[in-house]
Amino acid sequence: MSLLVFAAVYAVGNPMDILVNPQSDQDEIARATAALGLDRPLLEQYFIFIKHASTGDLGKSFAFNVPAVGLILERMPATLELATAAMLIAVLLGIPLGLWAGLKPRSAAGRTIMAGSILGFSLPTFWVGLMLIMVFSVWLGWLPTSGRGPTTNLIGIPVSFLTLEGLRHLALPAANLALFNLSLLIRLTRSGTREALQQDYVRFARAKGLSETRIVGVHVLRNVLVPVVTVAGVEFGSVIAFAVVTESIFAWPGMGKLLIDSINVLDRPVIVGYLCIVVTLFVAINLFVDLAYSWLDPRVRPGEAR
Amino acid sequence: MTPARRIAAEFATSRIALAGLALLALVLLAAALAPWISPQDPYDLARLDLLDSRLPPLARSAAGTLYWLGTDDQGRDMLSAILYGLRTSVAVGFASTALGLAIGVSLGLAAAWLGGWLDALLMRLADLQLSFPSILIALVLLAVLGQGLDKIVVALVAVQWAYYARTARAAALVERRKEYIDAAIALALSNARIIFRHLLPNCLPPLLVLATVQVAAAITLEATLSFLGLGLPITQPSLGLLISNGFNYLLSGHYWISVFPGIALVLAVVSINLVADRLRDVLDPHERHR
Repeated sequence: MSLLVFAAVYAVGNPMDILVNPQSDQDEIARATAALGLDRPLLEQYFIFIKHASTGDLGKSFAFNVPAVGLILERMPATLELATAAMLIAVLLGIPLGLWAGLKPRSAAGRTIMAGSILGFSLPTFWVGLMLIMVFSVWLGWLPTSGRGPTTNLIGIPVSFLTLEGLRHLALPAANLALFNLSLLIRLTRSGTREALQQDYVRFARAKGLSETRIVGVHVLRNVLVPVVTVAGVEFGSVIAFAVVTESIFAWPGMGKLLIDSINVLDRPVIVGYLCIVVTLFVAINLFVDLAYSWLDPRVRPGEAR
Repeated sequence: MTPARRIAAEFATSRIALAGLALLALVLLAAALAPWISPQDPYDLARLDLLDSRLPPLARSAAGTLYWLGTDDQGRDMLSAILYGLRTSVAVGFASTALGLAIGVSLGLAAAWLGGWLDALLMRLADLQLSFPSILIALVLLAVLGQGLDKIVVALVAVQWAYYARTARAAALVERRKEYIDAAIALALSNARIIFRHLLPNCLPPLLVLATVQVAAAITLEATLSFLGLGLPITQPSLGLLISNGFNYLLSGHYWISVFPGIALVLAVVSINLVADRLRDVLDPHERHR
């Protein structure tokens, strides 16, 4: 797998064409090529890569001349902050709105929520991002258009959400990234709620004369939450992937923007490094979701099934 | 009544779906006729006048022609650029879906019919691919392949095939246990004939719904990739590239350069989704009683 990516990235083009000053002569190019180890045969380059990768070293970025892994990890907190903020918006808004639409499907509010969620599915994320910038930054002048704002250190990691200025920078990109999952969670919660309302245990709770708050808050919500948590967990991975788009629009200095910049200058170690790190993240997220799932729903606990 | 007629009649009972269909017809017509209905050939550089650059909508050029949707930074009529861009976007969306459908369905039917290691291999491959978001897979492929119309179609096909293969396999596994397949086997018909004349037509409904949704998804994905500068080259601008170009002028208040191509993109995607939604209601018996 890594050989495939390595060979394929190699085939795209010679990064020397882009990295070296166009006025430099053959000697200089040859010297720079040798310094980066690009004059060796492909297979030898690959074995050097594997040898180093097994010790956690994915090579140095051609463009920045610093270790690729360090470069990506340095950008990772920004992406994770953005993804977490987006997911929080989606969950904290999506579940109540979906619940509302599920409890009162025929009300004006319920219909509006559903129409909004269909729109959220159909509108291309990147275009919505542009429109957000146009309305809130250009026309209204309320929020900044790009960057992360000032960061403060939280246990050694720079974060934006602790200052008001940072929050203002975070608002638009997070809302933009949240849109798709917000729509998804609204639909999921709504159909889960409608299904739960038909179940015998809800009718029984009604027959017992429980208050509507208790029926919805305990009996309905608990059963709606199981699939919602699973989807929210799995979607966290795709939010990280889609951050590539949002980060490019809002110039958010995360690892997605780094990937696009690296693709444009054929900075191979960073591209390969990004893929390795994101795939690892995905595996970790899926494992975590599986564990959370069995914790939430006793029926799928593997040990106790027997 | 033939099945096609029944489906058409049922489809027509939803007004929203009919509106979507009409809009889709309009979009397709505009895309098909772009070279003939555009006021200007947007890529004939000789016809562009830099004096006309970044004019707002409804402005008149120095020569007196009306720019309905304004002009871009090179004095190009936005309406013409959008019609041509729509043509590219729609063509890429439909072509990649058709190719992906052909490849995915063939593999899915083969997996269902032959079973064994081929089935296991194809389905694990599909599982693996579907566990990653499509944009990530497309990004990696384009990072590897480079730019170009053929390359983006390859990337979109690679992203889509797994959906079709899985759906076709699932439908075929259900159908092949039915009696008409036993009858066809008893008649000693060739495998190819059974698969293409008997099995495939009965697997079509879910595939048709999926393919419609996927056209919209492919158009959106292509626009996103082009926006990021990894899709189509500047010589074949799709809507995504037009929007990306307009982004540079958005902050200075020249909104029309990226807003109007965006609206064209949204109209195309929404109309396809409306039609797909209704098709699902009509074709999928599970959804019919909801």
